[in-house]
Amino acid sequence: MSATRIDTAGMPARRSAAPALILLAALVAALLIAPVWIYPVFMMKLLCFALFAAAFNLLLGYTGLLSFGHAAFFGGAAYVSAHAMKVWQVTPEVAILAGIATAVVLGLVIGAIAIRRQGIYFAMITLALSQMFYFFCLQAPFTNGEDGIQGFSRGRLFGLVDLNDTMNLYYFIAAVTVLGLLAIWRIVHSPFGQILKAIRENEPRTISLGYSVQRYKLAAFVMSAALAGLAGSLKALLFQFATLTDVAWNMSGEVILMTLLGGIGTMAGPVVGAAILVGLQNFFATSGFPVTIVLGATFMICVLLFRRGVVGELAHWLESRKA
Amino acid sequence: MTMIFGVPLPALMGQLLVGLINGSFYALLSLGLAVIFGLLRVINFAHGAFYMLGAFAAWMLLAYAGIGYWGALVLAPLIVGVAGMAIERLMLRRLYGLDHLYGLLFTFGLALLLEGTFRHFFGTSGQPYAAPEALRGATNLGFMVLPNYRGWVVAASLVICLGTWAVIEKTSIGAYLRAATENATLVQAFGVNVPVLLTVTYGFGCALAGIAGVLAAPVFQVSPLMGSNLIIVVFAVVVIGGMGSILGAIVTGYMLGIVEGLCKVFYPEAANIVVFVIMAIVLLLRPAGLFGKDS
Repeated sequence: MSATRIDTAGMPARRSAAPALILLAALVAALLIAPVWIYPVFMMKLLCFALFAAAFNLLLGYTGLLSFGHAAFFGGAAYVSAHAMKVWQVTPEVAILAGIATAVVLGLVIGAIAIRRQGIYFAMITLALSQMFYFFCLQAPFTNGEDGIQGFSRGRLFGLVDLNDTMNLYYFIAAVTVLGLLAIWRIVHSPFGQILKAIRENEPRTISLGYSVQRYKLAAFVMSAALAGLAGSLKALLFQFATLTDVAWNMSGEVILMTLLGGIGTMAGPVVGAAILVGLQNFFATSGFPVTIVLGATFMICVLLFRRGVVGELAHWLESRKA
Repeated sequence: MTMIFGVPLPALMGQLLVGLINGSFYALLSLGLAVIFGLLRVINFAHGAFYMLGAFAAWMLLAYAGIGYWGALVLAPLIVGVAGMAIERLMLRRLYGLDHLYGLLFTFGLALLLEGTFRHFFGTSGQPYAAPEALRGATNLGFMVLPNYRGWVVAASLVICLGTWAVIEKTSIGAYLRAATENATLVQAFGVNVPVLLTVTYGFGCALAGIAGVLAAPVFQVSPLMGSNLIIVVFAVVVIGGMGSILGAIVTGYMLGIVEGLCKVFYPEAANIVVFVIMAIVLLLRPAGLFGKDS
């Protein structure tokens, strides 16, 4: 096994929780007052993708597995949530749980097959299996093919809070996103997370220490899939539709780019990357210049010039100043 | 009418032929991927984009320079190969010391860039490209009618695949290539210019995709999206075959094309996913792939 691995900003195993708490407080405060200046729908879209990228980063940044098929979990959960709200007429929280359950099942199946190979093969297998799921969605009757599922009411959260009100929806999505990010922080900073990082750094050594690496990989894969599913369900709730774009391979590519752009293996990176990419997409969507070209060029520049990403480069710069 | 398993013989043969055509493209593309991966350890995600580039090069040569099919068959792969070499020399080269995943991500970005550019200028609807005069029409084989151009595609891809295999396995250049695949540092120590070998190999792999693109132009329409739909299936083909052997990539390509064609006859709903299902089964039974040596 070669020594060069994915560049991650070094993260000390144990450190005091105080800076993290300050960061969390700042994030919550920013989210509370953001709608004053920023269009809430844009903020909500950003939050959904931030959670999606953070979920993806749990797998790439902390376990060292590059999945090229996360759209399956994101889009699969979006479809089931939308279907649950439209056809079964359930409340939003039940629809979201149904979406997460779908993502978990998909994650178990795809993960169990993909972890049989490593590295590049892992990426290609996840890509192929998610493409298979895409074709399934294209042909399955409940997804309405090219039209997608649309035109349903968001309903009332727990039967009480009306989510058709934009600000109610905003605070709900913000709260769920923060909880999702906290869950990822908790997973990464647990003994379980330490083992994931050990697998990322040196898999053969982790095996020789007696850990059943395959089980840990599968567990990380399913957790990442579940959180990606949560993000997909939120997105379906927000835009009130689920379509084939959510399960297509381009979506898997976008989430990789968000994570890469922000900083692989950093806590704040995926959030920053999602903000930059969603901002870029919004900007270029109105300009007439094709977004695909921007995405492709950003990918190439990121890989060639700053592999640590925005947050990673910043952390590296601060470290080098200290030294 | 002759029936086989309740299916009329001409229908069965027709789908087998479609399968064989698809298999020809799978084989050409997975061969290029295998050659590039063997030496550079890069999974060339842009392979589908180079295939599209080959088809567009042929179309543009005809539309802007009046150069027909036979000229394009030589020139288009050259253009694609040179483009590939330039990209390897200027950009891809910088990623060799890093984790292999960066090569995949870089070429993925390149694929998006190429596809987006062509979509911007040519839209998503395809451009028609006629088969050359000499290959129009069809031949009646008795049990089925074979369109001449389709027969040519299968024959040409077989010749190119076997030719490539022969060059790699039987010539001295191929010997350098195989040696560098095993141990690049040692081969360089013997005085072989390995960096140039890397550039040429990448260009050659891309040129193979370019040839496939020219062959495909009269069969499918010349469209910016023609590559991205194909490349994921080819990835599955490569996983099934395993990256171990050149011959393995070729055989798996044809085999899966035929399986897909048969699936269209007997269970059309699954035709799109049959390759992926086979991939999952192969991974469960033989994780290294059918012809793979590494684990």
